[in-house]
Amino acid sequence: MLKLNNISYIIDNKTILNNINLTLEDNKTYIITGPNGSGKSTLAKIIMGINKPTSGTILLNNEDVTNNSITIRAQKGISYGYQSPVKFKGLTIADIINISTNKINSNEELSTILASVGLNYDEYSNRELNDKLSGGEMKRIEIAGIINRPSKITILDEPEAGIDLWSFNDLVELFSNPKFKKNKTTIIISHQQKLFKIADEIILLKNGKIEKICNNGNYQDLLNCHNYCCQKRCKHE
Amino acid sequence: MNNDEEKILLKITDNKKPTGAFNIRLNKKSVKKQITDNVNIISKAENKGLDIIIKEDTPLEFIYLPVILSESGLTDIVYNDFYIHKNAKVYIIAGCAIKTNSNKKSTHNGIHRFFVDEGANVTYIENHYGEGHNHSKIFNPTTEVYLKNNASMEIKTTQIEGVDNSIRITKAEIGKNATLTINEKILTNKDNYTESQFEVNLNGENSSCQITSRACATDTSTQIFKSNVNGNNKSFAHIECDAIIKDQAKVTSIPAVNANHSEANLTHEASIGKIAKDEIEKLMTLGLTEIEAEQKIIDGFLK
Repeated sequence: MLKLNNISYIIDNKTILNNINLTLEDNKTYIITGPNGSGKSTLAKIIMGINKPTSGTILLNNEDVTNNSITIRAQKGISYGYQSPVKFKGLTIADIINISTNKINSNEELSTILASVGLNYDEYSNRELNDKLSGGEMKRIEIAGIINRPSKITILDEPEAGIDLWSFNDLVELFSNPKFKKNKTTIIISHQQKLFKIADEIILLKNGKIEKICNNGNYQDLLNCHNYCCQKRCKHE
Repeated sequence: MNNDEEKILLKITDNKKPTGAFNIRLNKKSVKKQITDNVNIISKAENKGLDIIIKEDTPLEFIYLPVILSESGLTDIVYNDFYIHKNAKVYIIAGCAIKTNSNKKSTHNGIHRFFVDEGANVTYIENHYGEGHNHSKIFNPTTEVYLKNNASMEIKTTQIEGVDNSIRITKAEIGKNATLTINEKILTNKDNYTESQFEVNLNGENSSCQITSRACATDTSTQIFKSNVNGNNKSFAHIECDAIIKDQAKVTSIPAVNANHSEANLTHEASIGKIAKDEIEKLMTLGLTEIEAEQKIIDGFLK
């Protein structure tokens, strides 16, 4: 369980997050949505420890991790899939999957992991994570690493960005799988209505504040929330 | 060879014990040599080096030519000439390991010339490794390549660690439809100095050359990369120099391409910088410490 108490983030006199309070439970999937600039990615980075909150506390299973480094939080079970995956000259796809999963995977295991995001082992495992890979390929590799990482909290920042429609449907299926959701909290930052239906709760952020939370997986409620989000987004943009 | 010498031998042979055709040179003398039906190794007069002759149409042979200097204060100048005849295919693993136990300087100057006949294909691996006192291990390899029509050669050089001072020179003359590929990896630390120079002439029609240099300079070490590629005919060349820099190290890259023909297509790119913050952060989100992340990135970069 992850608990955010009064989280605020102010930078250059601008309030990016304003007094966020959230309790995110195990075995549940949460979608955080909202207009561009509403603070969604900043909130994800604060949970991972990449950004430090100006005030407030973060509790992971009742343990205060606010002052823990990125590394310690990762070791305690928080995972974060980047919106724009990082490129490395030299590290291969197999390298990053092995680091992500905390083990040296066999060829068969790597093949299964890559196949789960539609990539072929022979073609991809020894390729470098460099500019020669497309945005969509980078995104699939990022997702493959994160969903196979032993985690208590899995955060995915706009996993659909750069993914084509065919892969997107697979992605929705992947996130809906009870095995994926088991024994952890999943937080997905997304604008995609198709992903909303897999969420247990949808959290709408606007101007750094929680505007609305739709509860209990009620589809109509979620849809209403989605329409509400879209409306707000259009107005904002 | 004693245990220490065998240990450093494996450092430059990619952990493989020499088999097939080989010559092991220890402290200026050939101590073990073996030839095969397709590969003849003849010692030059006064132990100055070797002539390595590979027969025409040799299918694929592995040749090991390691040099070890385990006594301090030696200067070993070796002239090795490779004659690779028509359509032969060879994989050559060479290099030098120096271990010193005093401040006396040990120097290895390896001058290798490759005469590659039409249609022949050569892969040449050269590793350099030093162990022992600072300022005492000096390597100055010179590689000359002459590629005839339709010949191809791939050179992979690695300066692993412990090389205090090195000037590396590679020269090549490339014929029609011939291809040269060079991959260089260099790690320097402490106050090491390494200079890498390439001089390539693309003389034949449709000749091509690709040079990729990856370097990591740490502490107060200095690295200089110079390349001079001349497109003297319809040809293609690409030079790429990437360097990671840390601490107070210095790296200079001077890639020059000279098109002396209207159909010469020559490009170069150079990038020098410290490890990007987001690369380190990403690996930290996967549980590595900052130091572990940095090392993982450098290991991958120079792998």
